[in-house]
Parts: sequence; C-alpha cells; structure tokens
Amino acid sequence: MLSFDGQRRGAEGLLITSDNVTLRGFGVENARGDAIKARDCNGIHIREVRVEWTRGPNPDNGAYGLYPVNCDNVLIERSIARGASDAGIYVGQSRNIIVRENTAEFNVAGIEIENSFNADVFRNTATRNTGGILVFDLPGLPQKGGHNVRVFENRIVNNDTPNFAPAGNIVAGVPTGTGVLIMANRNVHVFDNDIADNGTVNVLISAYRDSFEDRDYNPIARDIVIRDNRFGNTGFAPAGDLAALSQLGVALPDVLWDGATMFSVGGTPRTENVRIVVRDNRSTRTGASSFLSLGMPVAGSPLTEAAPDPTPPPLLDIAEPEQVRIRN
Amino acid sequence: MRWSIFAALALVVMLTAGAVAQAPPTVNVAAISAERPPQLLSVYGFFTDAGARQPVAGVTPYDLNTPLYSDGALKFRYLYVPPGAQARYNPDGVFDFPVGTVLIKTFAFAADMRRPTENVRFLETRLLIRRADGWIALPYVWNEEQTEARLSPIGAQIPVSFTDEDGDAINLDWAVPNRNQCKGCHDLAGELTPIGPSARNLNLEHMMYGPGRQVAERMLVNQMHDWTVLGILDQAPRDAPRVPQAYDASDGTLEQRARAYLDVNCAHCHNPRGPAHTSGLDLRWSQHEPIQWGVLKRPVAAGRGSAGYEFAIEPGHPERSILLYRMESTDPGVMMPETGRQLIDDRGVALMREWIAEMD
Repeated sequence: MLSFDGQRRGAEGLLITSDNVTLRGFGVENARGDAIKARDCNGIHIREVRVEWTRGPNPDNGAYGLYPVNCDNVLIERSIARGASDAGIYVGQSRNIIVRENTAEFNVAGIEIENSFNADVFRNTATRNTGGILVFDLPGLPQKGGHNVRVFENRIVNNDTPNFAPAGNIVAGVPTGTGVLIMANRNVHVFDNDIADNGTVNVLISAYRDSFEDRDYNPIARDIVIRDNRFGNTGFAPAGDLAALSQLGVALPDVLWDGATMFSVGGTPRTENVRIVVRDNRSTRTGASSFLSLGMPVAGSPLTEAAPDPTPPPLLDIAEPEQVRIRN
Repeated sequence: MRWSIFAALALVVMLTAGAVAQAPPTVNVAAISAERPPQLLSVYGFFTDAGARQPVAGVTPYDLNTPLYSDGALKFRYLYVPPGAQARYNPDGVFDFPVGTVLIKTFAFAADMRRPTENVRFLETRLLIRRADGWIALPYVWNEEQTEARLSPIGAQIPVSFTDEDGDAINLDWAVPNRNQCKGCHDLAGELTPIGPSARNLNLEHMMYGPGRQVAERMLVNQMHDWTVLGILDQAPRDAPRVPQAYDASDGTLEQRARAYLDVNCAHCHNPRGPAHTSGLDLRWSQHEPIQWGVLKRPVAAGRGSAGYEFAIEPGHPERSILLYRMESTDPGVMMPETGRQLIDDRGVALMREWIAEMD
C-alpha cells in the first residue's frame, strides 16, 4: 500500500505515460491530487488496485481515483475506488475501454466515461456515491463526440452520498441519488442492470445544459437504449434541480429524459433525430418501469419550461455497439 | 539587468587569465557523447574554474526575454554547439540544434536576493544534451563547498535559505527533478524537448560577450545575430518574432506581456502536443483564440482546483478566475504549474490579475 499522507509535491500519486503497463495488487491512499493517472498510453491494465481517500467523502480529496486519459486499450478490473471528489473510476478522451467487476463507492461519480469511444462497463458495483455510473461528453476538448458505450450487468444501488464535488466541476451538478446519468453521447446502451434505491432517479438522460462555443460539439443525448433492467425504489429523496420538479407534484420515474432534440451553436439552430428506446425493464414498484420526458426540446432549457409527458418513446431498433476487445 | 553580472565577471576573469600564457581550455567532446555520462560536471570542461562561474571559449551565455519562474532562483544559461555545426533557425519553436549540442543551466540563490551578485550559491546545473536519438536530461547537484557538481539522476532535495526580494526570510527544499520528472515539462508528443531557446524568447539585445572578444567590442547587439557571428546559428532574420519582457511595462501591451508569461510558464504543457493537451487549454504565443487561453472556458478535470469558479478566465474578474486561483496556490493538488515551484510567483500573479481585470 502506498500512502501519500504528507505528500508535498506532484499533482498525482502515480503518473503513467508508457505503453503496455499493468498495475496489479496494490493500494494508493490519500493522494493530494489524482491517485493514479495514465496519460497518452496504449495498453493500460489496472487489476486489483485500490485507490482511496480514507477520511471518506470530502471536497478536499483528490479529483480522480483511477484516471486514464487519452489512452487506447484500457482495462480496469476487480479494483476499488473510494472517496474521490470527482469520479472514482474515470476514463476520459480514450478509445477501446473495458471497466469490469470493480467497486466504486463514496465518490461523487462512481464510474464516469467521458468523451470516449467504445466502452464496455459491466459487472461493477456502484454504491453510496452521489451518482453511480455517468456517461458524459463535454465541449472544448481535443476528443469529443463520445459514443458506443454499453453499461450492463452492474449493481447501481443506494447512491446517496450528498454531492461533495467542488463547485464549478461538471459533476457538481449531479443530483444526489442518481443511478445512471447519460449526457450528450451517442449510442449508449444500458441493459441487464440492477438499479435501485437511488433517491432522485434511477436513469437520467440529458443534454449538456451549459452554454458553449465549440462548433464541433453536439450537446444532445441520442440513440439511447434502456432495456431489460431491474429497477427498485427511486424518486423518494429527489435532490438538486429535480427536487423542485418533485415539489410541483411531478412524480419522478425510473427513466427521466429532458426531451432535448434541439440546440444552437453560433446562433444557428440545429435539430437532431433523437431516438430513445425504453423497453422490457421491470420495476419492483410499478411492475413495468416508468418513463417521463420533461418535454424541453431545446438543450439547457430552464426547468420552469418543463412540459412533462409520460408517453413512452417509440420502440425503434438501434444497433448495439460491438463487444469491446482490448488489442495489444 | 542580470546580464551585467556576466559582463562584469567576464571582464575580471579575462584580465586575470591574460596574465598567464597557456593553451586555452576546451570542451571535452567525448564526455558529451559518452554512453555513460560523467559523474562530475567538471569532466565536460565547460568552465575554466571548478566553481563553474567562467565558461570556456565555445560555451556561450544567453538570456531569455521572459524566463520560467522557478521560485525566483537565479539562472545562468549557456549554449555549447560543437565546432563546425550550427543550430537551424525556426521562427515558431525551439531551434533545431545539431547532435552534440548542450544547453547548460545553473540554478542558484543569492543569500540576499536584493543583492543578486553577492554570496551566490549554486544548487544544480542541468544539462540538456542533444544525442543522435534525441535529447537527454542530466541534473548535476552542487556540493556545499561549491567545488563540484555530481550527477544525480534520481533527483535530490536541497534545503535552501535566503532572503527574498521583499526582504522576507525564505526556507525551502529545492527539488532537483529526477529523470521522469524532467519529462513532466520537457515533453512534446512523447519526446524530451527543450523549452526556452526559441526565436521569440532569444530575440533580445544584450551585451556582446565571449572569451577572445576585445573589451572595445562590448556593445549591445542582438543575441541571435551574435549567435550567427559566432557561427552557432545559421540565420537570424530581422523580422524574427519576439515576445516582450513580461515585467517591463514599456515593452509591448499588457496582453502581450501576459501572454509572453503564459507562453513560457504554461505552454510547455498546455499545448496540443504537450502533457496537458487533454485539458483543451492552449497557452502558446501562437494561439490567437481567447477561449483556447481559457477565456470563458469551463474546467474539465480540475477537481478542487476549480475553487468553485466557472471559468479558467472570467474577463474583468480575476477573483473568480481558476487560472489565477491555481497560480496562487501551493497545494500540490491545486497548484499550477504542477511542479517546479513551491513559492507563489507574486510578480506573475500581479501581471495576470491586471490583465484579467482589464479584459472585457
């Protein structure tokens, strides 16, 4: 176990910049910044590694636990991440990713896949975080246009840690008690998961809601499939912006979509052909799972413009991304 | 101006050396190309004296318009280009230096930084050597007696005490970088690369100098032009780019001076091929899009480095700009640059604050 208590220098615990590196069987505690960062690597395998901030959730903890960025062929498995003030397991701007059989708890985001292409996230446990599993795409970065992400066979339960991210970070806006949050990605399939006891919502699908100037960026979540999941209790402790919605008497469903299909960049409006498919999910509360669109067609609309509509979207066929295979 | 220190020292030493007839010392070329680098700096023969204050012929002192802040350390820079070879001019980046080139930089503190020529203690001398297969970085650490500097590839920590320019007593552990840490800054697309010696930063007037030069020849000349006269640079166009001296308010606009500071202090990581390219921030002199400098750019992976602020630079609001917040921190999880300083660069902070405050 490597303790970084008393660390005086360096922005992370460990930094890896070489290709074909395997980390296995050790722990990193209390790094001042990120715990383990791997940058610009082809072939980074992290197995049975624990990263942790031992005082528990605290805004002064480092941002990321396991943090590959701009890497190809990323494998993170049977590892543990606890206490990160952003994401426990964070894969950013990478390609060809497997995240499996890990435990992420007491982080703001348990597992986050951001601005990345081709990721399989499966058989993980994400619990006691603010949000369990996040699939994000953000503007203004060298790699954007995140797509082809499969989230399956995970346990995403009881994510109830009050959001402790420093304000200004994108995850600071994640409502406490979110199971899965998909934001501004294309072709994300969420299936065969157990998603329960997340106080705000089990699955949230949203556009990127802030203003941006990046002309190559698409803020709309599109081609999203939510199927064959087992939903438990949710909506019992709505937080963040969605609490206000609840106070207006809108019951929060298992799957909540902001309804965004339009955005404007540089004054030019664009409309996306957005396909959202919700099918064959089961709920312990309601039998069939519940769905709600907030009916806000323009990305980033204030919630005061919500026109909630529970009509399920049409069942279209959206091809699932191929299984990710790590090459090297 | 720091340059005058060199000139004065040189004059004294030249006059002293002139009294004794002997073959002039020369650089040990074999040491530069040796498979196993020498353990002692003196083996290279870059200096006539054990204390490395006086360079031999062919080892040329140089200065930069705007240097990187390193806790306010004095820096003495020299260039050695092997005889018969030349650096190739390049208007945009670091010059293309021939194999066998050595960039020599000594970090030092004066006991009282208000009198920077007295009681100067050398801490380390870093060599960047251009080998056939790329650059290598070799840190040599000075002993307490200041008589020899020894190779320390694993880095070192040196306790240092001095009085700073404001008269405050400073104690710090000077961190000599290990080989991996060198790459933290000197990394361009995975290759170890020098940072300072680009046309825009070398383009300055300085006192012409060099062993063998007559005192009567000492005059202000353009440093790059001087290099062409010495034969170590192929050309120095009159219209070569130039960054201002960041702290000289008469040199360029406030924005130019601020961007000169960012170029030297930040852009070695924050460029599209550098270690911080994933941040989306590009602080190079050649970048002209304000959002790329961080103007109204939201943080990505800043963590608590964001301090709760929305933008890297919020025009008119230095107190809400993440860039300034991170410059003013010494917390390893927050501070920028990530390495290479333990103190806050007060002058740099003041420059950035002024620039952001006046921005609209």
